[in-house]
Amino acid sequence: MYFTYLWRELRRRRRQASLVAIGLAVGVGLVVTVAAASSGVNAAQGQVLHSLYGVGTDLTVTKAPTFGSGGPFTFGGPPTGARPTSISGQHVSSSPGLAVIPTADVDKIARLKGVSDAAGGLALNDFTFTGQFQPGSGFAPGSPPSGSATGSKTSFRANAFTIQGVAISAPGLGPLSGASVSSGSYFSGSDTNSDVALVDSAYARQEGLKVGSEVTISSTPYKVIGIVTPASGSSGSDVYVPLARAQALAGDKDDVNAIYVEAADNSAIGSVKSEIDKTIPSLTVTTAADLASQVSSSLGTASSLASSLGKWLAAIVLVVAFALAAMLTLSSVSGRVREFGTLKALGWRSRRIVAQIVGEGLVQGVIGAAVGVGLGFLGAFLVERVGGTVKVPVGATTAAHFPAAGAGSGAFGGGRPGFLHDLGAAAHTVTVHLTTPISWDVVGLAILLALAGGLLAGAIGGWRVARLRPADALRRVE
Amino acid sequence: MYQLTDVSKLYRKGRAEVNALRRVTLTVEDGEFLTIQGPTGSGKTTLLLLMGALDRPTSGSLILDGQETSKLGEGRLGQLRARTLGFVFQNYNLMPTLSAAENVQAALVPLGIGGDEARRRSMEALEGVGLGDRAAHFPAELSGGEQQRVAIARALVKQPRVLLADEPTGNLDEGTRSEIMSLLQTVRANRELTLVIATHDSKVARQAPRTAMVNRGQLTLKKNPLKGQTAEALETS
Repeated sequence: MYFTYLWRELRRRRRQASLVAIGLAVGVGLVVTVAAASSGVNAAQGQVLHSLYGVGTDLTVTKAPTFGSGGPFTFGGPPTGARPTSISGQHVSSSPGLAVIPTADVDKIARLKGVSDAAGGLALNDFTFTGQFQPGSGFAPGSPPSGSATGSKTSFRANAFTIQGVAISAPGLGPLSGASVSSGSYFSGSDTNSDVALVDSAYARQEGLKVGSEVTISSTPYKVIGIVTPASGSSGSDVYVPLARAQALAGDKDDVNAIYVEAADNSAIGSVKSEIDKTIPSLTVTTAADLASQVSSSLGTASSLASSLGKWLAAIVLVVAFALAAMLTLSSVSGRVREFGTLKALGWRSRRIVAQIVGEGLVQGVIGAAVGVGLGFLGAFLVERVGGTVKVPVGATTAAHFPAAGAGSGAFGGGRPGFLHDLGAAAHTVTVHLTTPISWDVVGLAILLALAGGLLAGAIGGWRVARLRPADALRRVE
Repeated sequence: MYQLTDVSKLYRKGRAEVNALRRVTLTVEDGEFLTIQGPTGSGKTTLLLLMGALDRPTSGSLILDGQETSKLGEGRLGQLRARTLGFVFQNYNLMPTLSAAENVQAALVPLGIGGDEARRRSMEALEGVGLGDRAAHFPAELSGGEQQRVAIARALVKQPRVLLADEPTGNLDEGTRSEIMSLLQTVRANRELTLVIATHDSKVARQAPRTAMVNRGQLTLKKNPLKGQTAEALETS
């Protein structure tokens, strides 16, 4: 009798029941879609962040350079003369925008409470310059011009690539953690002081490098032992060498310019940051959350939209759906007052009638949940299709101003100041495919919300019935 | 079966007060057939609702089957309605989404009777009112007279001791009216029921040996002549 009566009543008022179910379904669908979009954007941000600092890194520690730091940039070259002259040079320098940090600080940080592991890294730039300069006639430095003069001619070629010194003892930290080795092998423990290198897959393709090739860094050939693709799928650095070798290249064996820190768990990140700030105040500590706000505004905006606007929208729609369900149920109960009065006259107890109405609400909730989950999956699919692939520029984007090459170089007019190369460290572009993963926890929550909405509506209607006096109900003219 | 002593019922509608019943005193014996007659708004439905344990008197005493109803909780009143009382309404009050058989089975739900037993009993009840072949039909597919028969079957399926009918023929044509009244009287005789019918129709009212005349909440009793008995004979009896 219970289910027969319940189902027949819902069919009799199918339009009303459908409205309630659809309202709940839209609310539930929004919850699932927003949660999926939010997860997807967070995952995309994570991919971007991991491309910079590697999977497993919770905090990065750097130091801002002081004004005037950084060595002179000189070219080796022949003195001026009338004949064409060849000029070449190779310079390895610390990545611009990063000052050195003593390696002792790495150990200091590793011993802090809440720190699971810490490793140093050294980011360098290698700049190679070759070219020819033919000075013009009638021109000699320091001499007054005589006769006619013709202009000088130059042709230069420059090449730059980035180098990352990697702590071999901590493969789980830093830009290479999570990277896949597509050929060759990763560093082994015995490579600490070896002239070996891993090469980024994109750079290897560009330069035609493979396992066994050689990369020249500061006139020293490094043997390529592996080709790697960082976890993000796009370039972090071009070449990776053991940290000790990077320190030797920089001429500074006791320093790094970044420290990668893994916290014991997510809840410890904040306290670890405070500890580092307190212990070594001169350092800059950046968490993934800090960086998230600096990364491409498109992802940041999307994240804000999904997490704040999206959640508010889902909450509002759910509240409206609940209110609609309650109102329609109350309306339905009002239209069945005489019917309920008759049931009471037959001896039905209030709680039995209330159970009937709550059951009707619950069924509407179940239908709303089922349709809503379907809508949620559809919404997530559409968001993923529309979102597509995002190219996010990240990385050190500060322009690096190399000092004028005037010292000792007549080819440039005796140290003419102002000859500057703005070598912005090339911004890396991380290609991220926006996904919308749906977790079963969210689906479960959404289903519970729909059921709660149906139950609430039923309970409100049932409360109305429980207060009904049979005599008044039977007198009602419908 | 019933003992009403100085029963009054006062309704408050906003600031207005309505004395639906004023100090009504009435005794109804077991197995008696009584009609309650009065114009619309006279208080006859109110009296029937009180007798059906669907409402409580404002003052006075109403004893039903030895129990003072004004002192009973809603649960006990519900049990009385479920086991002892059967009710038939002017508008039939059938559940539109349940078939004739299911409507009759609804009366067995409070007794905890379901399944095959409920189906068997409901079929018996419907056959008893001549609607055994219409068990699967819904109220919308039945005539007014058939719907009222279903309502009677629903009232009788639980073997009540009292059958209360509020204007059971009010919405029926003359021919059907007679059928229903005949059915009610047959049922009463067969089952030794106490039958109380509220009506404004004097033809219906006269079919009972006694009629309680209700006017503006006040009740007077009138004896009705038996079949073949003259009014004068009634006066002297």
